[in-house]
Amino acid sequence: MDAQLQILSEFSSSHHWMWLWPEIVLAALALALLAVELLLPKSDRWLLRISLGAQVAVFAALIAGLVGGTLPTSDVALFAGAIQPTLSGHLMRIFFVGCSILVCFLGYLYLERRPLARAEYYHLVMIVTAAMMLLAQITHFVAFFVALETVTIGFYILVAYGRNSSYSLEAGLKYMIMGGFSSGLLLFGIVLLYGAAGSPTLIGPAGDPFQFGQLGAVIAENPGNPLIVIGALLVIVGICFKIGSFPFQYWIPDVYQGAPTPTTAFLAVSSKSMGFYLLYVLLTGPFLGLQSILVPVIGIMTYCTIAFGNIAALGQNNVKRVIGMSGVAHAGILLVGILAAMRGVDWAFQAIFFYLITYALASFAVFGVMCHVAPDEDANQEREHYFGLMQNHPFLGGVLAVGLGSLAGIPPLAGFVAKAAIIVAAFQAKLYLLVAFVLVGVVVSIFYYFGWLRAAVTNPHPEIQGEPHPVVAPSVGSRALLAVLALASVVLGLYQGGLLS
Amino acid sequence: MPQLAFFSAISSFLEATHAATPTLAPLHLLIGILAPAICALLIAFFGSRLPLGATKAIAWIGFALPAWCALWIAGTYGAVAQSGEYQFLWQADLGLSKLLGIQLMLGVNGISVPMYVLAGIVGLAAGAYAIGSKVERQPLYLVLLLVMQSGLMGIFSSVDLFFYYFFHEFALIPTFILIAMWGRTLSSRKTVAMELTIYLTLGAMITLGGLIGLYVSSGAEAFNLIALQEALATGTAPTQIFLMLLIGFGILVSLFPFHTWAPPAYSTAPAPAAMLHAGVLKKFGLYGLIQIAVPLLPSGLAGYGGLLMWLALGNVIIIGFVTIAQQDLKRMLGNASVMHMGYAFLGIYAFSVMGAGGAVLMMFAHGLSVSLMFLLADAVERRAQTGDMREIGGMAQTAPVLAGLFIAGTMASIGLPGFANFWGELVIFTALWQSPHPWVAIAAVAGIVISAIYALRAVARIFFGEPKAELAATGDLQGWEKWPAILLLAALFVVGIWPRGFSEHLDAALAKQYPVKDVAVPVATVTDQSHAH
Repeated sequence: MDAQLQILSEFSSSHHWMWLWPEIVLAALALALLAVELLLPKSDRWLLRISLGAQVAVFAALIAGLVGGTLPTSDVALFAGAIQPTLSGHLMRIFFVGCSILVCFLGYLYLERRPLARAEYYHLVMIVTAAMMLLAQITHFVAFFVALETVTIGFYILVAYGRNSSYSLEAGLKYMIMGGFSSGLLLFGIVLLYGAAGSPTLIGPAGDPFQFGQLGAVIAENPGNPLIVIGALLVIVGICFKIGSFPFQYWIPDVYQGAPTPTTAFLAVSSKSMGFYLLYVLLTGPFLGLQSILVPVIGIMTYCTIAFGNIAALGQNNVKRVIGMSGVAHAGILLVGILAAMRGVDWAFQAIFFYLITYALASFAVFGVMCHVAPDEDANQEREHYFGLMQNHPFLGGVLAVGLGSLAGIPPLAGFVAKAAIIVAAFQAKLYLLVAFVLVGVVVSIFYYFGWLRAAVTNPHPEIQGEPHPVVAPSVGSRALLAVLALASVVLGLYQGGLLS
Repeated sequence: MPQLAFFSAISSFLEATHAATPTLAPLHLLIGILAPAICALLIAFFGSRLPLGATKAIAWIGFALPAWCALWIAGTYGAVAQSGEYQFLWQADLGLSKLLGIQLMLGVNGISVPMYVLAGIVGLAAGAYAIGSKVERQPLYLVLLLVMQSGLMGIFSSVDLFFYYFFHEFALIPTFILIAMWGRTLSSRKTVAMELTIYLTLGAMITLGGLIGLYVSSGAEAFNLIALQEALATGTAPTQIFLMLLIGFGILVSLFPFHTWAPPAYSTAPAPAAMLHAGVLKKFGLYGLIQIAVPLLPSGLAGYGGLLMWLALGNVIIIGFVTIAQQDLKRMLGNASVMHMGYAFLGIYAFSVMGAGGAVLMMFAHGLSVSLMFLLADAVERRAQTGDMREIGGMAQTAPVLAGLFIAGTMASIGLPGFANFWGELVIFTALWQSPHPWVAIAAVAGIVISAIYALRAVARIFFGEPKAELAATGDLQGWEKWPAILLLAALFVVGIWPRGFSEHLDAALAKQYPVKDVAVPVATVTDQSHAH
């Protein structure tokens, strides 16, 4: 009990609340949005403008702080050991805000055509983003679980947001069951770790076993303790549900397909990146002492993830499912980066972070095109809908080509540099067989990415395939956004500047 | 005193102009890569608003500038280089140097100059042919070819291996699209393009893995060839990496039995794409073996040389017989191009200055002759409306210039004296004869007979015999078909009668990394004389 009391007292007396201003601003604005909708009932565009404006301001301020070096970092955890601002954490915060801006914009494209509640969507996206940003700095399992549940519960609603679509509702239910299951496992793991690490029978029991630093010290002393091993494995399993690595990927196709396209993008990019950052933090932090057990376990999982993701994507015709399964394959490649980090490649985080950026840019470009091509039933986006896209909408076709090319890792696009960096890291970590898996995976992925592109360059024969599917012409705003995304993928492929260091 | 100032001004001016050559050279290397890329961008963004004539003019610039840069670099390199070392080095950090040791590093040495020139000349010929021909959506067609050209110029001027690979992929992607959109047969072109994409991506990925493995295990500070050479002069890298590179490059060069992508791809590809791919891009792998894999991993060649020899003989003999059986002209050329790669592989297998030099000479000559043949085959096919050689005949009467060029090209590819191919094959055979297994040379010479059979039979079928009635209206070569062909043939001829100008710096560069075998064989003088002095 003492520990908890101490936490409470430190929380109330701590003066570091100002350091969390981006999260507080986002959450406050998310609440304000609900009020704005009440006050200005017919203000679709205003809702978008307010949420985008606020997030762009936060994004710009964070970047300015990062470039100017004014973002505070701390060597010790603040808030009674719950939060520790680090450079990598700041990078992830910026990443999450950036993704959130794009999700909100895609959300606008989606909501524009559908009779659904507006403000709540932006509200939820911003709340979830604020929670993710907090998670990027958390070093305490209680705060960790609370923030993670905020994210997960927000996603339950976002997935089921298309409430007049049975696909979306089904996806929502599936995601909720899976999410509840994974949260349960995670919590069980946390409790086991807490119980084990706090036990006075171990060497050097922790005063606050929820705190990553103290937990890590106990684990380093007692790497063979079965409760600790099981607890750590359960925590990792809980996170692996988020990143969709094999064998915890089975919810992905249905949920990705059924969820509204912007939510799918949010899941595929932000939620997955969050999972990877948490894995990175845990595996190179508190769980470092369990390396001898965790490296083989995660290694086997990586092989399976790459193989499964690529093979399963081959047979899909629904593009949302393709994106889902290819996302599993990407998760496998990112796991290679995590493994390299565990085996002591000190720049692995840069490689992972760069990969996440390129993956986000390419994915949002593809999702942006999908939002324009999607039929009224958002879940039924088949490859055939892309027939004639290159001919009739060369702009959308070009963006799609850049996005898919970058996902496939084709030079000169950014995805290639990112994959090459991961491969170099894997070679340095002596993960030779995994490198071979990654390379073969890339070859297989060519088939489904180019198959999609092939549909886009195919001109439908009116008598056989019917008229081309109607496509929403992109507005000036979405043209600008998609052009920026595509251009960023090209430029980052040629010139990385300081981004990799 | 004023006189003194005057003289010192003159001397400083002279010094400045003398020093300007090395500073201008990287600029030329850069222009060679950027000019086609920029022209491609211009056409891509403004092509729809420009008249077709303006688009073509931009494309002309995009193909002519690299060719000019290539010749300029070759001339300047000949004047500057003494030792075969890399010259005209220029580097720029694009953001990867700190973590990965990767920089854009341009430069040429004696091995890359011939390939660089090849890329420039074939690019100009293919570009001129593409600009002249009538195809649907020509602006996009030219954009893709220009992108290819940009990548080709980049491959052979990159010292950094990351960018060497990067430019290869840069040139490869347009090939896939060109085949998928402008391929010969509507029904199969998408399938062929997809097959090619997957097969070549596999090869490229294995290559990438091998290159990165070489880099990491060598412990070099940077990913460029100079740093790797320094690191591996003292250290070693595992020989398995050589096998990886051999298979990776082998797939890309169509080493037997990884060649099955080549004949359908070349017979389907539009002529300029086939010219650029078979003529230049495919040499990426051989160039990689000669410049990177063999010198850096000689123990690898010692270990896997036997394998390489048998596979290369498979190219020459087995594919040789397959080629004889072909009825379709372009398919025959595709197979023949696979077969001729076997000679280059055998030259590498011989592991000597002479063998590698012969392989480079062969690559150069084959690049020119195969692109010439694809150009002429396209001209034949357009006139006959079919590629089936059994249904064509007597074209010598309706198109004598085409017939003359075709026969000259055929003679060149068989390896008749007077053309560059002759020297390539001769030097390789000599090098093989001096290698531990001279019988390989005999087996390889048998390939000459095979090429003579299919090539001469093709000439006989297409150009002689009774002309088909419908051919009469088609006429002879027009200017846009004729001049690119003459350019290629002239280049073949120049190197054919003056190989020495070609081999001098090549040998100097090779002698640093390959054992010299000074066995007194008369024909060896072609390449061996030059480094004697």
